[in-house]
Amino acid sequence: MDRRIKPKSLLSPLAKQLTSRLPGRGLLLAGLAIVLLFMGMAVFAPWISPYDPTKMVDKPFLPPSLKHFMGTNRIGQDVFSRIIWGSRIVLYVVFSATLLSMAIGIPLGLLSGYRGGKIDRVLSMFMDSMYSFPALILAIAIAAVLGPSPMNTAIAIAFVYIPTYFRMIRGQTLSIKSQLFIDAAHALGIPDKRIMLIHILPNLAHTILVVFSLSVADAILTEAGLSFLGLSVTPPTPDWGYDLRVGQPFFLNGQWWLVFFPGLSVMLLAMGFALIGEALSERLSLAQSI
Amino acid sequence: MAKKGLGYYIVVRALMIIPTILILYTIVFVLLRILPGNPILAVVGTRNIPPEQLRHLEHLAGLDKPLIAQYFDYLWNVLHGNFGVTLASPMGVPVMDYIATRFPATLELAIWGFTFSVIIGLVTGMIAALKRGGKIDTTMRIYSIVAYTLFIPWLGMILQYVFGVVLGVLPTGGRIDPRINLQTITGLYVLDSILTGNLPALISSIKHLILPSLTLGIVLSGAYTRLVRNNMVDVLSMDFIRSYKARGIPGYKITWYALKNAFIPVITLMGLQFAILLGGAILTETTFSWPGMGTFIVDRIEYRDYNSIQGAIIFFAFFVAVISLVVDVIYALLDPRIKY
Repeated sequence: MDRRIKPKSLLSPLAKQLTSRLPGRGLLLAGLAIVLLFMGMAVFAPWISPYDPTKMVDKPFLPPSLKHFMGTNRIGQDVFSRIIWGSRIVLYVVFSATLLSMAIGIPLGLLSGYRGGKIDRVLSMFMDSMYSFPALILAIAIAAVLGPSPMNTAIAIAFVYIPTYFRMIRGQTLSIKSQLFIDAAHALGIPDKRIMLIHILPNLAHTILVVFSLSVADAILTEAGLSFLGLSVTPPTPDWGYDLRVGQPFFLNGQWWLVFFPGLSVMLLAMGFALIGEALSERLSLAQSI
Repeated sequence: MAKKGLGYYIVVRALMIIPTILILYTIVFVLLRILPGNPILAVVGTRNIPPEQLRHLEHLAGLDKPLIAQYFDYLWNVLHGNFGVTLASPMGVPVMDYIATRFPATLELAIWGFTFSVIIGLVTGMIAALKRGGKIDTTMRIYSIVAYTLFIPWLGMILQYVFGVVLGVLPTGGRIDPRINLQTITGLYVLDSILTGNLPALISSIKHLILPSLTLGIVLSGAYTRLVRNNMVDVLSMDFIRSYKARGIPGYKITWYALKNAFIPVITLMGLQFAILLGGAILTETTFSWPGMGTFIVDRIEYRDYNSIQGAIIFFAFFVAVISLVVDVIYALLDPRIKY
């Protein structure tokens, strides 16, 4: 049985999911719509944002109106513009963080699962210890030491998600390794490096996609948490978590728009990725059960 | 190994937390020491301070020794319950003093949040399983995703606004009405109020606990909803349920049997969720000005007091390791199929 997937079909689960009436199609479409909306906001921010997000453009504490869709905050900045530009920060931080943890977690997981032995035991023990620790608390410690900047936040978040990728990839590698076509590859004298990269890695594509969607959803909440605690960006950079924190005292006085919109954005973006991950993992388990 | 019994398993499992703690200690130590920046200069800022005072501060923090000596010194101190001293406002107070008052607050919040999450998860999951395939099932499924992606401070503030400001029935912050005098024994205010027979303190502390723990509980309940639903659907399709039905056993009893059987995987999830719970507790504490470990760490970050941050995080590491041990032991006690 040849389970190799051609590079062209790496994204096939996604494409199939969209075109066929498999369960979870609605979830996937909803998730994609949300994610694309926010990505569009981030890419086209300079064109669609009505005001400069860092400048005082009107009187403070104006409620939502046609002029300011989401009102203005305590220093007269336009909340809607800050939401749009804020999507840039959060997507930048979360994607850099996720790519960084994938770049470390996936190769280590592959190596650990494939080689086994001492290297596997040591790596697994390290990763399991890290995994057992509250991610947010570890990220807080790293972010606090590095100081507030989007890249530093990305590093802090990347660090805590390495074990997530490591554990998943290691487990999948272990199960693929025991299959016949890998034995065949050994018998043909194909070097280990080539087996890992050409014969095992492509088979992990779907798992990686699922873990990616779910960990991005989680990382969005972690980023928002760090910036809520004042560890991500420095003002006046627009950032959802930070705006939420600053808006709290005014929110309880009835200026609901200061908190409602940033928090809603965090939830929607995280939900978009969670829905994609959910739909893809459902399809994955379906494929395995058939 | 199976013949050696549960006692043997518990001992082996308890020994296994030693490497876990050592690894976490090492990671935290390396991170906080190798990363750029002199913690002392970070505290005193760019002010010119006399060299002898700088040396005194470095001595206080144990930074005047080689790294490897610092590593073992600190480990030795930690094993004796000494988590170092604070480096800023006030300076030189043992971090353990803070932990002693702050940790019970976090623990109390965590216990209540945990309880809420399990109850909400069990009820919603059970309903979804009994009505599987229908609209209610779909609603519960969407609930489990939405609950997970709710941003804790946001949900917390909305609850504060609704119950604290609009309805005015619950307090929006703090642990207890400051006018109430409560003698603390365990530091868990609800338990202390019961132990000292202090009714006003009991009512006040419960009122203060409801919103923060409900916030934490809702966000964490999504995972339980899904797990309970899926397990119960599996159990409900088993043969023994069919034979119960054939024997005419009433529906609520069958539901109870199914729930009992669906519960074991939930315990595993409880162990995994505990770490997330502690992370969430930090955000909850900040939102509700809850004087726990989370607000302590956040305060200390503002003073750039790395000694305190390190102490608090290593304390957390101990706690997480112990909890995972307890969960594994409970798991082994409940499920006779576990091989140890």
